[in-house]
Amino acid sequence: MGRYVGTSVKRVEDPRFIQGKGRYVANIQLPGMVHVAIKRSPEAHARITGMDTSAASAMDGVLAVFTGQDFKDGGCGSLPCGWLVPDTKVPDRPIVVTDRVCHVGDSVAVVVAEDPYVAADAVEAIEVDYEPLPTVIDARGATDEGAPLVHEEIENNVSYHWALGDQEACDQAFADADEIVELELVNQRLIPTAMEPRAAAAQWDAASGEMTVWTTSQNPHPIRLLLSAFTLGIPESKLRVISPDVGGGFGSKIFHYPEEVIVPWVARQVGRPARWVATRTESQMTDSQGRDHVTVCKLAMTSDGTFTGLDVETWANQGAYLSTFAPLIPTALYITLLSGNYKMPGVFGKVHGTLTNTVPVDAYRGAGRPEAAYLVERLVDLAAARLGRDPLDLRRQNAIPKEDFPYQTPVAFLYDSGDYDRLMATAADNADYAGMRDAQAQARAEGKLRGVGVVCCIEASGPAPSAVAGSLGSAVGFWESGEVRVHPTGQVSVFTGSHAHGQGHETTLAQVVADELGVPLESVEVVHGDTGRINFGMGTYGSRSACVGGSALVRSAEKVRAKVLQIGAHLLEAAEEDVVYDRDTGRVHVKGSPDSGKDFGELAFAAYTAHNLPEEMEPGLDFTSFYDPANFTFPASSHICEVDVCPDTWEVRILRYVAVDDVGKVINPMIVEGQIQGGIVQGVGQALTEVGAYSDDGQLLSGTLLEYAVPRADLLPGIEVDRIETPSPHNPLGVKGAGEMGTIAATPAVANAVLDALAPLGVTHIELPLTPERIWRAVQAAGNGA
Amino acid sequence: MSHRVRISVNGKAEEADVESRLLLCHFLRDQLGLTGTNVGCDTSQCGSCTVLMDGKAVKSCTILAVQADGCDVTTIEGLADADGLHPVQQSFWDNHGLQCGFCTPGMIMTAVEILDRSPDASDAEVRHGLEGNICRCTGYENIVKSVVAAGARGS
Repeated sequence: MGRYVGTSVKRVEDPRFIQGKGRYVANIQLPGMVHVAIKRSPEAHARITGMDTSAASAMDGVLAVFTGQDFKDGGCGSLPCGWLVPDTKVPDRPIVVTDRVCHVGDSVAVVVAEDPYVAADAVEAIEVDYEPLPTVIDARGATDEGAPLVHEEIENNVSYHWALGDQEACDQAFADADEIVELELVNQRLIPTAMEPRAAAAQWDAASGEMTVWTTSQNPHPIRLLLSAFTLGIPESKLRVISPDVGGGFGSKIFHYPEEVIVPWVARQVGRPARWVATRTESQMTDSQGRDHVTVCKLAMTSDGTFTGLDVETWANQGAYLSTFAPLIPTALYITLLSGNYKMPGVFGKVHGTLTNTVPVDAYRGAGRPEAAYLVERLVDLAAARLGRDPLDLRRQNAIPKEDFPYQTPVAFLYDSGDYDRLMATAADNADYAGMRDAQAQARAEGKLRGVGVVCCIEASGPAPSAVAGSLGSAVGFWESGEVRVHPTGQVSVFTGSHAHGQGHETTLAQVVADELGVPLESVEVVHGDTGRINFGMGTYGSRSACVGGSALVRSAEKVRAKVLQIGAHLLEAAEEDVVYDRDTGRVHVKGSPDSGKDFGELAFAAYTAHNLPEEMEPGLDFTSFYDPANFTFPASSHICEVDVCPDTWEVRILRYVAVDDVGKVINPMIVEGQIQGGIVQGVGQALTEVGAYSDDGQLLSGTLLEYAVPRADLLPGIEVDRIETPSPHNPLGVKGAGEMGTIAATPAVANAVLDALAPLGVTHIELPLTPERIWRAVQAAGNGA
Repeated sequence: MSHRVRISVNGKAEEADVESRLLLCHFLRDQLGLTGTNVGCDTSQCGSCTVLMDGKAVKSCTILAVQADGCDVTTIEGLADADGLHPVQQSFWDNHGLQCGFCTPGMIMTAVEILDRSPDASDAEVRHGLEGNICRCTGYENIVKSVVAAGARGS
C-alpha cells in the first residue's frame, strides 16, 4: 500500500470554498452579459390559446422575448431520452412548449434582458391564455380506465412495462409457503434539492463559430453530446461544455435540461454572453424529481423463517415527460436489487412506467435501489413480527453467507463480495443491540413508545459494463476515461471524465495517482468538468467515480510506470528485468542497489528531451485509458436506529443512529464517512420530513423550502459510523461506491424503528414521511382513539 | 427609484446608487463582485447568503441594500485577516465540514456569530444555532464538529 490511499488526507479543494472563492456557474460574469428568465406554466395541463408578449418586449432593458415556435424555427430539437426499454413510448419534449403545457413549471416563453430584475418583471408582463385540461398525478391512478391522458397518443399513460426474475420459481414459492406477508406501499415523491440551484451561461464567438456553455452538470461530456446531436446542433468540435464547481447534485444534475439549450441559443441569437440562474422555486418545479412508486409486494417463507420468494408489482411515476435516464431507474436499478442481502430462490418483479402531469422523475440519490431496499426491509420486519422472531436474527438467518460469493441472484446481478453476517454483528455490537432491546422493554413498561429499527441493505454501484447497459436500453456506454499527464519536471496533471460536486475527487483521485506513481500528493493536480480539457468522460452518478473513474487512472498510471521503467533501465544501462520501479519513491533503480537509480523527475525530463530514449520509443509521458468495468460493485450496510415517539405530540425523536457500511477498500476514510453521514441524513429526510406533494389538479404544494422540509441540523443527535471492508474483486482498487449506501439504508432503518415503537398500538404500516399527523392518524385508525 | 447608500463592506467604504428593491445579497454579488455569498433559495430558508451586519448574522436575501445603509457588513471574503484563515474557516477545513461548498460561506458566518455569543457552545447548542442554515451534503455531522472544535480552540 502506498502512502496516501487509506489515509484521511485533508481536502485540497477546501481552501477556495471556505474563502468564498467557489467557481459556481451563477458567479460567472462576462462583459456585456445578458440575463435570461423563463415564463413557467402555472397550470399542470392546459392548452395555450393565446400569448401576448408585447408589453414585455416593450419594457426598457428587454432585448427580446422568444416563444416555443422561435426555438423550433431556430433549429432546436426536442430533448431526447437516453435509456429506452423495449417498446417505450416517448412523449415529445420540446425545449419550450408551443401549444400545450404538461406540468407546472413547463417552459412557456423566454425573456432576455440587461438586468435580472428587469427580466423577472418582463416575465410577469407576459400574458398567456390557458384552457385547462383534465389532470392526472397518481402513478397507479394514471392507468385507470378513463383517466385523463397526459399525451393523447400514449394509451393508458403507460410509457413502458418491464419485468425481471423467475416468475415460475416465484409462483411456486408462494404456492408452497408456510407464511406470506403482504404490503401495499407508496415510496413518495422527493425533490433532490441540491443547495445550488441550477444555472447555465454561454458565450458565442461568431468569428470562429465556437460556443462555450457553462452548466451545473454532473456530466458535461454527455451534455455536449446531447446538445450537439439532438438539441442545439453545434458540432462537438465547436462546442465546449464546462461544469465548474457544482453545488451538489444527488442525481438531479445528471440530466439534459431545456435551459442548457435555451441559454446558448439566446447567446448566439442576441450576440452577447447570456446567463440564467434558477430561483429555488424554479428548481423545485423543474429539476427532475425522485422515487414516486406505488407498490404491491409480498414475501413467502417457510415456518422456520427461511425466505423463499418475493413478488413485486410497481407503478413508477415518470412525470410528464421522460427525463434523460428515467426508464433506467425503476427497471435495471430497482427490480435487480429485490433480492436484497438474502438468499431467496423465487424473486420476480414487474414495473409499469406511467406518465402524469407532474415534474419528470429520474435518478435521485440511490435511484431505484432505495425503493427496493425500503420494501424488502419493511417486508422482513413484517415477517419477523408474523413469526415472533427478532428482526436482526431473522436477517442473519437469511443473509447470503460470505462463502457464497460471488453470488448470483435470481434478478440478474452477480454480487461481488460481502460478509453480511459480520456486518450485522458489528452493527449489533456497536449499538449494544441487546442492551437497546432491554432498554426498550423498560421504556415500554414505563408507557413510552420506544422503537428499534434494524436493516441490512445492498446497493449496486459503479455502473456499468457498457455492453450490459446497452442490452438493457442505454443509448450510451458507461466506461470512464482517465489521463495521467506527467510534465517534464515530474509534476502530474490528472484528467478525469468523472465530475466532483462535493465528493472530493480532487483529493481522492490525487491520492490514487500519487500512490500509483510514488510521487508527492502535492505534485498531482486533478482536472475535471471541462470538455475543452478532458477528451471524454461519462461523469459522476451511481457512486461510480472511484470504481470506474479511479480504475481508469490506475490503468493510465500503470502505463506511465511501464514507460518510466523502460527509460530508467535504458539510462541505467540495465536490462528491464534487472531494474525495479519503487512505488514508494517513484525511483527506478537496479535491483538490490537502491542508491544507483534515477528519480521520477529525471526520468520524466528524459522522456521529453528525448536525447537518449530506448530505440523506437516515442517521446513524451502521457497516457489515457478508457476503463469499462467488468461488473457493478455491491456495497452493503447494516444500520440500527433507536427512536422515541412522543405519545402526546406524535413527534419522532431519534435517540441513536448506528451505521456500519462495507464500501470495499477505502481511499480516504474522512471523505467516505462524510458521504455516509450525508447520505444517512437524506434517507432520514425521506423517512421523517420530505414529500414532493401535488394537489389533485397538479399544483406542486411543496415548491419552496417552506413546504419541502429537508432535514436541519437538529433532526439527529449525531451519527455513529463504522465500517468493515470486503474488497471488490471487480476493479484494481478493490473499492465499492460510497455515495448512496447511507441514503438507501437510512429510510427503512428509521421507518422500521418508528413502526416498532408503534407496534404495541397495533400500527403495522404508515406511508412516509412519518410526520406527527400521519402517525396520529394511523394510531387513531388502529383503534386507539381518545 | 434609486437611493444612495453608504455601506462599509469588509472594512471598505462602498457608495452606490441602488434601486429600492435591490436585495443586499444581489448588491454584494452583482455590484461588488463578492460572489462568495451564495443564494440558495428565495424564501429566506436556506441561509446560504448569511453575512454579518453590524456583527449579527443576517440572511442577506431578507435585507434590502437600502436597509444596510450606514452599516458594517462582513462577507466570507472579509472574514480572515490578510495572513491566513479565520479559526472557523480553518476548523471547517480540518474537520471536513463541507462537501460541495455552496452552503459553506453562510454556515461559517452563522457559526462565527454562534461562537461570538457562546464561545463554548455545546453540540446541541450548535445544532440549534444552525437550524436556519441548510446543508444537503454533510448531514451536519462534521459542520457541528467544526463549530464546536473552533469554539474549543477559542476562535
